[in-house]
Amino acid sequence: MSNLIKHGAVVEDNWTLVRYPAVEEAVQKQAGKVVQFKLTGTEAASPELIAQVQIPAGRAIVPLAVFRARKDELAARIAAGEIGVWLESFELVEDLVAAVGDVNTLPLIAYDFPKFVDGRGFSAAVLLRTRYGYKNELRAIGDVLRDSLYFMQRCGFDAYQIRADRSAEDALASLRDFSEPYQASVAEPQPLWRRHARA
Amino acid sequence: MYRYDNYDQRIVDERVAQYRDQTRRYLAGELSEDEFRPLRLQNGLYIQRHAPMLRVAIPYGLLASRQLRKLAEIARKYDRGYAHFSTRQNCQFNWPKLEDTPDILAELASVEMHAIQTSGNCIRNITTDQFAGVAPDEVVDPRALAEILRQWSTFHPEFAALPRKFKIAVNGAQSDRAVVRVHDIGLEFLRNDAGELVVKVWVGGGLGRTPIIGQVIHEALPWKHVITYCEAILRVYNRYGRRDNLYKARIKILVKALGIEEFKRQVEEEWAFWKDGPSTVTQAELDRVSAHFRPPAYEKLADCDPDFNDKAATNPAFAAWLKRCTHPHKVPGYRAVTLSLKKTGIAPGDATAEQMEIVANLADRYSFGELRVSHEQNLILADVKLSDLFDVWQTARAAGLATPNIGLLTDIVCCPGGDFCSLANAKSIPIAQAIQERFDNLDFLFDLGEIELNISGCMNSCGHHHVGHIGILGVDKDGSEWYQISLGGQQGNEATIGSVIGRAFAAADVPDVISKIISVFVEHREGDEKFIDVVRRIGLDPFKARVYGTPAVAPKKELANV
Repeated sequence: MSNLIKHGAVVEDNWTLVRYPAVEEAVQKQAGKVVQFKLTGTEAASPELIAQVQIPAGRAIVPLAVFRARKDELAARIAAGEIGVWLESFELVEDLVAAVGDVNTLPLIAYDFPKFVDGRGFSAAVLLRTRYGYKNELRAIGDVLRDSLYFMQRCGFDAYQIRADRSAEDALASLRDFSEPYQASVAEPQPLWRRHARA
Repeated sequence: MYRYDNYDQRIVDERVAQYRDQTRRYLAGELSEDEFRPLRLQNGLYIQRHAPMLRVAIPYGLLASRQLRKLAEIARKYDRGYAHFSTRQNCQFNWPKLEDTPDILAELASVEMHAIQTSGNCIRNITTDQFAGVAPDEVVDPRALAEILRQWSTFHPEFAALPRKFKIAVNGAQSDRAVVRVHDIGLEFLRNDAGELVVKVWVGGGLGRTPIIGQVIHEALPWKHVITYCEAILRVYNRYGRRDNLYKARIKILVKALGIEEFKRQVEEEWAFWKDGPSTVTQAELDRVSAHFRPPAYEKLADCDPDFNDKAATNPAFAAWLKRCTHPHKVPGYRAVTLSLKKTGIAPGDATAEQMEIVANLADRYSFGELRVSHEQNLILADVKLSDLFDVWQTARAAGLATPNIGLLTDIVCCPGGDFCSLANAKSIPIAQAIQERFDNLDFLFDLGEIELNISGCMNSCGHHHVGHIGILGVDKDGSEWYQISLGGQQGNEATIGSVIGRAFAAADVPDVISKIISVFVEHREGDEKFIDVVRRIGLDPFKARVYGTPAVAPKKELANV
């Protein structure tokens, strides 16, 4: 059963999310230090790791670093609309734009939330939807919990891969937590005072 | 003051429903401790030493009498009959039950109140001058823009999970009573040479572990851009602020790391995309909100009342209170009144349900049904007629709310400290009480003049010790409580971070140390010189010498260290 919410309903997921092989984390822990924060713009994954990533047939969402390094190899599949890209929380929307030119050539962009309290993805979504005019699917992945959905939706996400141990059906209700927000956002570009005459 | 329309009311009602469901899921085990924590914090609920603590928002410190009565009712019904007013102009309940908090929020919503974003890594309650709208030195009444910013920041989706908390203060007076320079963003409203309303924007100030005075990022921003400019600042912060280290996550660290010039460049570059967009505030919206802050129906009075003069001349206790607890008003014949929550023996900022009801009645009878909370943790009646001051004083005195110590040594700003707060390293309330007991002689206090003494129980600096003329910081050394003293801090237009005088003291020694500091001041004072001016003039060495009994570090050695 899929745990994907898209356009306000639980739907089948016809994409495969390609993560890095799990060895990476083990290596970091053995080094005695878990690196939680990386300066934005740095390459997190090593060239070896990027090369190791197996990309299955069919529609696949690949890490930005893999997309950049293996663009030529993936060219035919990119042209066929089979390749989506996901960003790590410390990666910049600008780097994605530099890698693809027109973001609308991608059928799907996903943004990873390593922890649900990490709000960098909210700004990334706003930038993608406004400054870069991205119109296709924008999916939240990672530690995605229902209490973030309302905010994510307003920032421009339209798909949410709810964490596997939680019910996507239950989470649907949180998309409707509030009916008339105050401020402008991607979902509602006018602030309340421009939408309605107020007392 | 601002009254909710249907949209405002629906938002707080929907919040109560959302929080009720979150609490239900937590109690049912559907949300883990770690998952519930940020949710409850963004609703002002901490889990403290003895019980949860619920922090209720008092936007820019403004309260209606019916709201204060509701706080009193909640204190009785769900707490132990009292509440604590904080240095962020909020109100805290120390003993509610977690299970009751959704009901408490529903009660608050019934009087247009909430606990939204009073904690957590989001934009917090916006604070301002407790004399907004009545201060003679006011250039612009900041309350309408503060309300517009309150609405903008409420559930702002992009800034709901910032690297760390984010505090905005606004000021519209010549004298900065909102301490805008120690906030993440400080907004100072003023008029330019053409008479237009502009905003001087400060960024990257803050107390806490790394106290920093903010820097000016924009000298004169046209007011209509205030939202888009704040959004640009917050977007740069949300993207680049550190998230790896709790203690380096505030915007002040980012601003310091980049330098104000580079930070400003990034903000301006971001702002260029949003400037003049839909979030640009319109004159119509400013007018709509400003209409809620129209001056009340003041009577036309002379700024003099023979009967009042008589009482002031013949009643020394009344005169003392007038001197310390009343403040000039822009309308002739009126004064603002501070009701002191700093009576000796009471935790600074605490008020009982009975006192809150008395204050609500005073507000209804003498001050157009409104009051304010100051960041110095006192309550303010902003619009009292001269001819009513004597009655107000008598009622306030009977209720223990007329200690004439405002601005004096015993008007101590103090966080709840280790008695209540789970973050604290040390207790702060007993230190405040010991100092208040030591300096209980009012005549002596008057002679000493204005001295601000601030106490924080830990580095988080809720007691604003860095900007106290005398600052006391509780520190933990090998599991016991010690107190570090600093001198020379200052709030206002000349905001300055105080300097630590030396090694810390045990709790029992603190009153003696303060006595020694005061004695040095008295010996060096010229005429009516203020404490802070004496510290500036003579420096720290005479104080260190008296307190530690030996001369401070010799200048020669200091030079050698350079």
